[in-house]
Amino acid sequence: MKVAVLRFPGTNCEFDTQYAFEKLGHSTELVWHENEKLPTDIDLVVVPGGFSYGDYLRSGSIARFSPVMKAVTTYANNGGKVLGICNGFQILTEAGLLPGALKRNNDLHFISKHQNLCVINNDNAFLNKCSKGEVLNIPIAHADGNYYIDDEGFKKLEENEQILLRYSDSEGNPVVVNGSVTSIAGVCNENKNVFGLMPHPERALEAILGSEDGVRMLKGFDA
Amino acid sequence: MTATVNVFLKDGVLDPQGKAAHHALDSLGFSGVVDVRIGKQIIIKLDTQDKDKAEDEVKEMCETLLANTVIEDYTIEIN
Repeated sequence: MKVAVLRFPGTNCEFDTQYAFEKLGHSTELVWHENEKLPTDIDLVVVPGGFSYGDYLRSGSIARFSPVMKAVTTYANNGGKVLGICNGFQILTEAGLLPGALKRNNDLHFISKHQNLCVINNDNAFLNKCSKGEVLNIPIAHADGNYYIDDEGFKKLEENEQILLRYSDSEGNPVVVNGSVTSIAGVCNENKNVFGLMPHPERALEAILGSEDGVRMLKGFDA
Repeated sequence: MTATVNVFLKDGVLDPQGKAAHHALDSLGFSGVVDVRIGKQIIIKLDTQDKDKAEDEVKEMCETLLANTVIEDYTIEIN
């Protein structure tokens, strides 16, 4: 599999993301935001974490107008798979490729810690190697991870099984971490080819660093 | 002309910064505070003298970039 990893001014998780997919046996290519085209023969686009454009105005709001995002939108609209992690999730919601928006955390803190997540839906190209109700331990590191969607949008998410992950305790019960609607940590679009999550699976690949649960998540794209 | 754009979280969308400022005002003894909302003000200088044209243009700027209408409302004042 070939993975394109986007890079904006202020992105800082692009090398971790490359490391993760290369560790899983894939080839990767960094793509600078000024590129108007994505590399050919790619199987996945990853919008990695960081602070694109210093989070000015709103997190992700400026990056989403980069030339490369036009190509990503076309790619996604043609069924191509796109994964946004942390700032990548914010960029994809700003771009309208994912529903909802990410607000400042309720307690206004930058939260950086390992966090349990409960897998809510796995019938998709991302979490198919995980089981429903399974609890994963994945680091989070964000200030704007407070997922918001209105009631109507939330209903659609539930009906279409677009909620991927919720912040949880070790038993899988939802916990309040940042104020997200029903503790949502990740969602996908209606067509289930665009995925976004605040936690960082690329930082959970080795037991010695606290967790290797990220492997099972990212392996979902293998198939 | 100068456009003054105010962007605020929509009513019903919890404003964590406003809430924190509200708590701080309470603890400083300002007891009459009912609600605090924190937003941002964006001032844009435009080369046009046509008020309607300016308003249309700034509205488009708000819808495209300056506000995220999923969570935010905006007001525009042109002078």
